[in-house]
Amino acid sequence: MKDLTKKSLCSLVKGIKKKEFTSQEITKSFIENSQKAKKLNTFITTNFDKALNQAKSFDTKRDFKGLLSGIPIAVKDLFCTKDVKTTAGSKMLSNFIPTYESTVTSNLWKEGAFLLGKLNCDEFAMGSSNETSFFGNVINPYGDKLIPGGSSGGSASALAANLTPTTIGTDTGGSIRQPASFTGTVGLKPTYGRCSRWGIVAFASSLDQAGPMTQDVEDCALLLEVMSSYDPKDSTSVNKKVDHYTKNLTEKIKGLKIGIPKEYRVENMPDEIDDLWKKGIEFLKDAGAIIKDITLPHTKYALPSYYIVAPAEASSNLARYDGVKYGHRSKGNNLIEMYENTRSEGFGDEVKRRILIGTYVLSSGYYDAYYIKAQKVRQLIKNDFDKVFKDVDAVLTPSTPSAAFKAGDKKDDPISMYLNDVFTVPVNLAGLPAISVPAGHDKNKLPLGLQFIGKAFDEQTILNLSLAIQKRAGFKREINYWWK
Amino acid sequence: MSEKKFDYFILGEKNKWEVIIGLEVHAQVLSKSKLFSSSSTKFGADPNSQVSLVDSAFPGMLPVINQYCIEQSIKTGLGLKAKINLHSVFDRKNYFYADLPQGYQISQYKHPIVGEGEVVLDMPYGTKKIGIERLHLEQDAGKSIHDLDPNNTYVDLNRSGVALMEIVSKPDLRSPDEVSAYVKKLRSIMRYLGTCDGNMQEGSLRADVNVSVRKVGDKKFGTRCEIKNVNSIKFMQMAIQYEAKRQIELLEENKIVDQETRLFDTKKNETRSMRSKEDAHDYRYFPDPDLLPLNLNKDLIEKIKKDLPELPDQKKNRFIKDYSLNSYEANVLVSEKEISDYFEEVVKTSDKKLATNWIIGDLFASLNEKNISISDSPVTAKKMAQLVDTISSGVISGRTAKEVFEIMKETGEEPKNIIESKDLQQQSDPKELQRIIDKVLESNKDKVAQFKSGKNKLFGFFVGQVMKASGGKANPQLVNDILKKKLK
Repeated sequence: MKDLTKKSLCSLVKGIKKKEFTSQEITKSFIENSQKAKKLNTFITTNFDKALNQAKSFDTKRDFKGLLSGIPIAVKDLFCTKDVKTTAGSKMLSNFIPTYESTVTSNLWKEGAFLLGKLNCDEFAMGSSNETSFFGNVINPYGDKLIPGGSSGGSASALAANLTPTTIGTDTGGSIRQPASFTGTVGLKPTYGRCSRWGIVAFASSLDQAGPMTQDVEDCALLLEVMSSYDPKDSTSVNKKVDHYTKNLTEKIKGLKIGIPKEYRVENMPDEIDDLWKKGIEFLKDAGAIIKDITLPHTKYALPSYYIVAPAEASSNLARYDGVKYGHRSKGNNLIEMYENTRSEGFGDEVKRRILIGTYVLSSGYYDAYYIKAQKVRQLIKNDFDKVFKDVDAVLTPSTPSAAFKAGDKKDDPISMYLNDVFTVPVNLAGLPAISVPAGHDKNKLPLGLQFIGKAFDEQTILNLSLAIQKRAGFKREINYWWK
Repeated sequence: MSEKKFDYFILGEKNKWEVIIGLEVHAQVLSKSKLFSSSSTKFGADPNSQVSLVDSAFPGMLPVINQYCIEQSIKTGLGLKAKINLHSVFDRKNYFYADLPQGYQISQYKHPIVGEGEVVLDMPYGTKKIGIERLHLEQDAGKSIHDLDPNNTYVDLNRSGVALMEIVSKPDLRSPDEVSAYVKKLRSIMRYLGTCDGNMQEGSLRADVNVSVRKVGDKKFGTRCEIKNVNSIKFMQMAIQYEAKRQIELLEENKIVDQETRLFDTKKNETRSMRSKEDAHDYRYFPDPDLLPLNLNKDLIEKIKKDLPELPDQKKNRFIKDYSLNSYEANVLVSEKEISDYFEEVVKTSDKKLATNWIIGDLFASLNEKNISISDSPVTAKKMAQLVDTISSGVISGRTAKEVFEIMKETGEEPKNIIESKDLQQQSDPKELQRIIDKVLESNKDKVAQFKSGKNKLFGFFVGQVMKASGGKANPQLVNDILKKKLK
């Protein structure tokens, strides 16, 4: 039998139905792969025994009511999973077992999938290289020295190394799209409000959004359809019917107008990124799209604004981790000392850095100069997009300013690390959907992604555009499975 | 009623001082569930038995606004004749405390749901309007219990997330009496509206009291101190008295009053410093990104306005007009909705003047004596009406009625039964009365002669003798009439 772990989600779903293989066979293959891939450090918690039981029970009943019937899925360890440890990559929650299931994972299980395990990520999703996890760095399957991107690094790595058929991540400033780009996989950040945030460990509430990370665009459409829902438990979730992304998926994009924003041609951007961008434009022209030069003039203010808004919200969101109710608690002679010790020991450096930044920008005397100003800039960035979307159907940019870099390269230089998010961050600030689709390689044969930014709730168009790119780019992950 | 003049000034060693007071009243919204979760708000449950994952701030939990609490605060705002803001925002007030699970309180900072309004007080020196600055919604915190264990603090999160309305007055209050009248009026309005039960023992109503002093005649306010979390009117008054005196002493010694937060120690009857302005928390307010701004529909406000019950001020005016009450009587009768309901039930059938006097007089005295509310009174409105009717129809005299009431307030028995079983019915038969009167005049011929020669005062003597002879049951009015005729 062909290696089941190399099959796409869609073909696994079809194959089980056609009795080409069983859920147990699929689950076993992924578990075996995972057990051989410990060097990648993708899993924080495995759920293998329970997954096998669920596969077995599925094979007995063969109930195909759901869209993901019989499929094991490992998810980012930011989604709370009932009775399964949920750590957010932090010492603070290293012993935390939720009694509840996040809405997004519930949506997967409702469609017949089951949990394979919890995947490593940057601590509280704060990082762009998966070097801030309390559970250690995740390694990119493309090379033992390479980071997989972050914060959904464990998800991207596990997916690219065929340790899970598909996965989900969260994206606050690029945490799905950047690791997807670094691992040659597809990652989509939906419109803010498309997926429920209920039960996801919060980083920055006004930016966080869960999304699919998949092997190809078809899988992405399927998984997005399953994940998306209106959730009355999340006041920012939007009550809008979920589109039939799979049914409506088409590579026919003739006549669509695609904007090319000049502001994304940043200084010191490697030529190969620029070349990839040009290649993307050619693919689109080939498919009949109309290319338009556009301007998003406030782009350069996006990153600084993001690094005010996100830490501000994080500083408040993470106040609940105080050792009183759950999670890590250190000793102290009084309440204040207990707080200080708990938070000093429970949080890593990057999280502390962002809490400090966030606390500072919200302080009286600085609030107007930082937080309010950043919010104003955020509005301007939104306005930029509103304006261009009167003329174009989507925007094409590179996903990242470089390919995957080496572990340790940027760890001690937060600014250069933050610069990695320069193309992804404006999308979160504007609340728009965006996808990273693999489109080529750099000179070191590392994957590079292109990003489509869509109108609010128009995930369909960017999926279709990505499909057109996928068909033309003929991208293949070239991984030598060095860890086996 | 004589119009007095406002006279609450404090004489220091050197100057005459005026006290300036502003109140931040925290009123618990009357609702079944909390502001952002579906947990129960019932008072007195076992510790931590009414706590959801949201209330205890578990990872990934999100607040969802309780629409009923929004409507309750709109209602309260309308009762305070205040502006309802169509756009308001929930902010996070960040600080660490063991009974604050989220590490922040969700409150409304820059954009409250209710804006400026007013409360009218009836003081002995006339009516006084107290300005309302704003009303905003916020979550209550949990409770830290420090005295159950020598080494540990226990936390009860039952209150965590319960909806509070913070009602901020302008610094318009000038005396402890005005503060008392203000809190009572506020409480009365909210109880009429059904938006807060006003139960101070259970902590449903408490206040932060801002106090400053200035020399009489000065225009500028002095530096204020905020006395936190005072939970009875009596304590508010005591705290103000102490705090004003403390500030005046400082100022007269040419010292300055520090702007600070103080606590009122109810055992020592003094306020003491909790934290200075320099140590004040930086709460780092910012809009809660988990909640969208609250945008209200005008129709909703109109609908609530239309369904608003009659409020104390309106009811008072109606009572004065419809029942010819004076302002004092009307005030007392509308102070609690239950009292006004009682009153209206009695006067539906019975004499208004008599009923008013009986309710404000004997009934209130009995309620005070027993420390019960009017709804728990053994003398129900129906029985009170019956009592009033027996007086006005001449069945018993006012004096006998007092005797009957004494029994009613203990046993709740119907007045008719008491009158019957004790044979208290008044003697109103003119023939029988004439017989008694003739007898009295017969045996007091000398006094009759004296009366006729001009000693008019003796009339009372004759009445007394007749009453005595009748065993106290003679109808006094008839006795008067007959005697007058006989002694002509």
